[in-house]
Amino acid sequence: MRTYTLRCSPFFVYEKGVFIFYQDYGREVDALIQLRHLHKSYQVQGKTIPALTGIDLSIEQGEIYGIIGHSGAGKSTLIRCINLLERPTSGEVIVDGVDLTKLDEGKLQEKRRAIGMIFQHFNLLSSSTVGENVAFPLKLAKRPKAEIDKKVNELLKLVGLEAHKDKYPSQLSGGQKQRVGIARALANDPKVLLCDEATSALDPQTTNSILALLLDINRKLGLTIVLITHEMHVIRSICDRVGVIDGGKIVESGNVLDVFLRPKHPTTQEFVEQVADSTELREAVEHEKASGNRTIARVTFLGEKTYQPILFQTMQETGTVFSILQGTISRMKDTPYGQLVIELEGDVAQNQKTIETLRQRGLEVEVI
Amino acid sequence: MDWTFENVDWAEIGEGTMDTLTMLGFSTLFTVLIGLPLGIILFLTSRGQLLQNRTFYMIASFVVNVLRSVPFIILMILLIPVTKMIVGTSLGVLGAIPPLVFGAAPFFARLVETSLREIDKGVIEAAQSMGASNWQIVWNVLLPESRSGLIAGITITTVTLVSYTAMSGVIGGGGLGDLAIRYGYQRFQTDVMIVTVVILLVMVQILQSLGDRLVLKFSRK
Repeated sequence: MRTYTLRCSPFFVYEKGVFIFYQDYGREVDALIQLRHLHKSYQVQGKTIPALTGIDLSIEQGEIYGIIGHSGAGKSTLIRCINLLERPTSGEVIVDGVDLTKLDEGKLQEKRRAIGMIFQHFNLLSSSTVGENVAFPLKLAKRPKAEIDKKVNELLKLVGLEAHKDKYPSQLSGGQKQRVGIARALANDPKVLLCDEATSALDPQTTNSILALLLDINRKLGLTIVLITHEMHVIRSICDRVGVIDGGKIVESGNVLDVFLRPKHPTTQEFVEQVADSTELREAVEHEKASGNRTIARVTFLGEKTYQPILFQTMQETGTVFSILQGTISRMKDTPYGQLVIELEGDVAQNQKTIETLRQRGLEVEVI
Repeated sequence: MDWTFENVDWAEIGEGTMDTLTMLGFSTLFTVLIGLPLGIILFLTSRGQLLQNRTFYMIASFVVNVLRSVPFIILMILLIPVTKMIVGTSLGVLGAIPPLVFGAAPFFARLVETSLREIDKGVIEAAQSMGASNWQIVWNVLLPESRSGLIAGITITTVTLVSYTAMSGVIGGGGLGDLAIRYGYQRFQTDVMIVTVVILLVMVQILQSLGDRLVLKFSRK
């Protein structure tokens, strides 16, 4: 993997009659978190069990990075390696320019304050009130009391729990508990927020409200978020980039849109199937193929094109008769997309031409 | 048997009660002062915990088990030289306190260890992720989170100590147990025996309900 250590300075480029101001926010350059050749194995009853087998990952400042995998794939170990709750067997964990694996205990504790973390089971102090829970990391950092009080009120307002300051965790709902967890994780103004299956113990509605809160925090505070999940829905709702982990390795990674519209690895395909009715589609395709010489194609629309009648116009112009076998119009974070599986009737050569035209007009067409 | 309590010297009973309370108070205090850190260390050095140390845990655990498995009445006799070294005498209220502490501290340490084990590991992990030092984790997480369990443990230990103080009468420990043995047992004065037993019973009742109330007050689950 190539790594640049220098930040590129802004520069100007003369293009189409105007000067354009460029600042290079290159991925490698601005990476806030870098995991290099990370290995982790456990000793269980004299046997070595590998959990992570060579993870290389770079996470940029300000992005929401999702790691998706089945249970046992190593995602929990991976996120715990970022703040060294789990010490990797070998490899480097570089957060904000510092290799955490080389720090002594005291320095590491200090550095951990810049990395907030929330958990699947919230992990709040049951003997402390909501306010005391949020104040806890500030108390650990030995901040003055007046500052703590002010910060706690701000944070409770941010997560919408001002009214519950004096309640105990046992009096709150799951969603409220996770909000306390988020407020607590943000208390030391961290640069990174690690989310360990943060919505897995919540019902779908609460999940969405927590995801909306995380997205809101990411935008308002420019906070980098790393989350692990086994739910495709979580990735699709808020992540910018995604890494698919399987057997202790990142098997596929990239922009959420690219990875999930064109999944390559079988595990990724499985996760995509979670949100699409692929089995039904497969049956439909088999059925249609068996019944004659027809062309079946998957057409993908992205961004603005999703809402334009490109498909209809093209078909009308070329006089092609088609039917839709399956279709989705949805959104990945902010980008609308659509994916239709269509069946073209008539001459194969004619169909080929139609497909070419669709491609020229900016749609992605894949013949199945 | 008559119910006139003619053998009962109420002044002596009062003195005995005070002696028992004194022994109880000091031995509970020192039991907690020694047993609490010991229990915390046992917990921290056990498997999968912050200061995991197999050898240390095995040795500490063995010593605790030995002290717990020796019957108190024998432990008391065995400890006479040690007691003399610590407080200068093996008799009276003062002489009873060291063996009481030796007998109860390991027992209390185990209770502490057990209630610390009840704490969700995730909470400790969360504190670690916030940059807490081990000392801060003990002080700000382990102790507050196990507060009601610790109070229950102190209650059980104190009640156990009540019966231990009575036993210390056998080797001249003073207090209500001493009275019960000297008058009730050796001189067949059953009425003295009954009075001391009733006082001990009331003591235990009060301690237990006080403890239960505190546990309830601090329980947040």
